[in-house]
Amino acid sequence: MEEVISVRHLWAGYNGEPVLEDVTFSIKELDFIGLIGPNGGGKTTLLKVLLGLLAPARGDVWVMGQNVKAGRRHIGYLPQSVEFDRDFPIRVWDVVRMGRLNRRRLLQRYTAEDDESVAEALRSVRMLDLRNHPIGALSGGQRQRVYIARALATEPHILLLDEPMASVDPQASAGIYELLRQLNERITILMVSHDMSAISSHVKTVGCLNRRLFYHGEKQVTPDVLALAYQCPIDLIAHGVPHRVFPEHAGEEVQG
Amino acid sequence: MIEALQFGFMRNALMAGLLVSVACGIVGTFVVVKRIVFISGGIAHAAYGGIGLGYFLKLNPVLGAIAFSLAAALGMGVVQRKTRQRADTIIGVMWAIGMALGILLLDLAPGYKADLMSYLFGSILAVPASDLLIILALDLIIVALVVLFYKELLAVSFDETFATVENVPVDAIYLILMCMIGLTVVMLMRVVGLILVIALLTIPAAISGQFVKDMRKMMILASILGAAFTTTGLWLSYFLNLTSGATIILVSGAAYLLTLALRSFIRAPAR
Repeated sequence: MEEVISVRHLWAGYNGEPVLEDVTFSIKELDFIGLIGPNGGGKTTLLKVLLGLLAPARGDVWVMGQNVKAGRRHIGYLPQSVEFDRDFPIRVWDVVRMGRLNRRRLLQRYTAEDDESVAEALRSVRMLDLRNHPIGALSGGQRQRVYIARALATEPHILLLDEPMASVDPQASAGIYELLRQLNERITILMVSHDMSAISSHVKTVGCLNRRLFYHGEKQVTPDVLALAYQCPIDLIAHGVPHRVFPEHAGEEVQG
Repeated sequence: MIEALQFGFMRNALMAGLLVSVACGIVGTFVVVKRIVFISGGIAHAAYGGIGLGYFLKLNPVLGAIAFSLAAALGMGVVQRKTRQRADTIIGVMWAIGMALGILLLDLAPGYKADLMSYLFGSILAVPASDLLIILALDLIIVALVVLFYKELLAVSFDETFATVENVPVDAIYLILMCMIGLTVVMLMRVVGLILVIALLTIPAAISGQFVKDMRKMMILASILGAAFTTTGLWLSYFLNLTSGATIILVSGAAYLLTLALRSFIRAPAR
């Protein structure tokens, strides 16, 4: 299987203070990786490096075999929805069409091909009917679908999702997970979240990031890895659905 | 009303009001949605240094103000994007320095400086035909820039991070926006004075944004509102013998409060 993202001995941080220390991993085509870790553990920093928004202090990052500034056109990005201006005068269609900016240079207009791609992206998240709605009139879940559509309009090989369920109610998030599962049939997904129990029941593999990365390309989150990542014991059961976090045999390890 | 138009100065004033409304509506929309009202105020006051420089070098003060406000706009734009210090502090300092520089240059400038106050509080009734041409040219530049770079300006206003990832030249677009603000500020200085620039830049756009949810329409409606406010304010000041700049602002402000009240009145029963 082909490597779509490759990170070797990456150090990165702000003002000389490292947030990521010696991170090495690779993402293969059609992976669906959930990356968990405590706040301040470097999840968003890692995404920033992969998107070329933050230069690494040391180490190499390759996206589709290219450096990040060239490779990032293969990435569809769903930013963390922190501050949102409900009054921003923009319609769903125009938001999603921003996913086409990479293909149209300065002074070029959007084309019929762009319109098709935008419509296709909106159809796949089932938001085409609301294309003329102001973005501020949507619910959290609908808005997140629009942003996923914007990422899809870039026609990406890889989706990077930063806390996609943060502003979404549980019912809507189930729908979004189902959508991601369908997309994963053709698109590689890396998703970052602090909600371990939710993420681990939907992704193929889980990694833990707390300055250092604990990732072995496996679905199981073992207590050892978690203890390393969070640097304190964590009760896996407390978050619910433990049987999805662990395959059967892992249950004994928890008790032991 | 028609009788007032016999006077050349009233025709010029009306024309000036209509012309600045176009720039106000367009640029004000960006200022409001991108929340850069403070930086716009900074540019306006720093531009006062250019007025002083114009007098000092015996040039048209408007040209001095254009040069100064563009420099201030670029400087503040770079500070806003690049510095690790608190950007608003630095902008506040530049704001003050520009203004102080203007006053000192005026002190040092030779000759009579009677219309100094007109740049502080506006002198729409004294706009000469030559300034109308400058304002028209600035309008055309602003409209051309927005038409040419609309999709990038929208993207940078809405989500800079995403625009960066999509390889939009975000810094360059942001500086273009800053320059448009600088040009608009110079125009407004003529009409309402630099102290009241912020009002005419923000109020029409703020009202417009309450009624339309599309940036292009917001610009058009804001321009129409701006034209209505400047025209109404101008007539009122003519008939009531009041300072025109302040009257224009109060008309705009009253309209703004009225729309806020109307909206809460309309919304209230629904909740």
